[in-house]
Amino acid sequence: MKVRYFAWVRERIGKAEEILDPPAEVVTTADLLAWLKTRGPEYEWALEKSDFIRVAVDQVHASPDTPLGPAREVALFPPMTGG
Amino acid sequence: MADVPLTIRVQAEPFDVAAETERLTAGRTDIGAVVTFTGLCRAEEGRLSALELEHYPGMAEAEIERTAHEALARWPLFGVTAIHRHGVIRPGEPIVLVITTSSHRVAAFEAAEFLMDFLKTRAPFWKKEVALDGTKGGWVDAREVDDAAAAKWGA
Repeated sequence: MKVRYFAWVRERIGKAEEILDPPAEVVTTADLLAWLKTRGPEYEWALEKSDFIRVAVDQVHASPDTPLGPAREVALFPPMTGG
Repeated sequence: MADVPLTIRVQAEPFDVAAETERLTAGRTDIGAVVTFTGLCRAEEGRLSALELEHYPGMAEAEIERTAHEALARWPLFGVTAIHRHGVIRPGEPIVLVITTSSHRVAAFEAAEFLMDFLKTRAPFWKKEVALDGTKGGWVDAREVDDAAAAKWGA
């Protein structure tokens, strides 16, 4: 799946997007965050406040328990500040 | 509801409030109320030279559209326009425009407020401050008061 990062999540991880193939035990968006944090200090830094990170699955807002299913695109970002 | 004119745009360019209003009202005699809200970039007491707005292309438009459909389901509206800019925006320049039309003012006022409350907390945009000396400042923090404003609609 394509994983995209925005705002300070993007800056801390150091890339805007990447193609990842998480292991089978990664079922929900919370699982994905926990798995990403094991990928290196930059991920750990970006995702240190996991409760704060918002996740969108195929461009729709998701919850920590939302299954990733056959998602093609998952995005991680901080709370939004538009308007 | 299917024939209610809905305009959703995410763009770098400024927008023309009068032209966008005219687009919703031209040739109609049933509209009794037009509410327009324009959000501008503040200088924050002279601290800022600009805001840089990042967005999630595709999802930004989709999320504003979902919010607009929610507004159409709640209020008897004749039209909705929502335009959000991205990129570098300087103090005094417009960031966001919401226009709602209805036969009476209450629906138009409430729907415009609803749209703005949801746009601020659900549309994927992020503001970064650029200081007067050109250095990048921090990302603007989400405000609890905005979450509370969105929560009051119970959606």
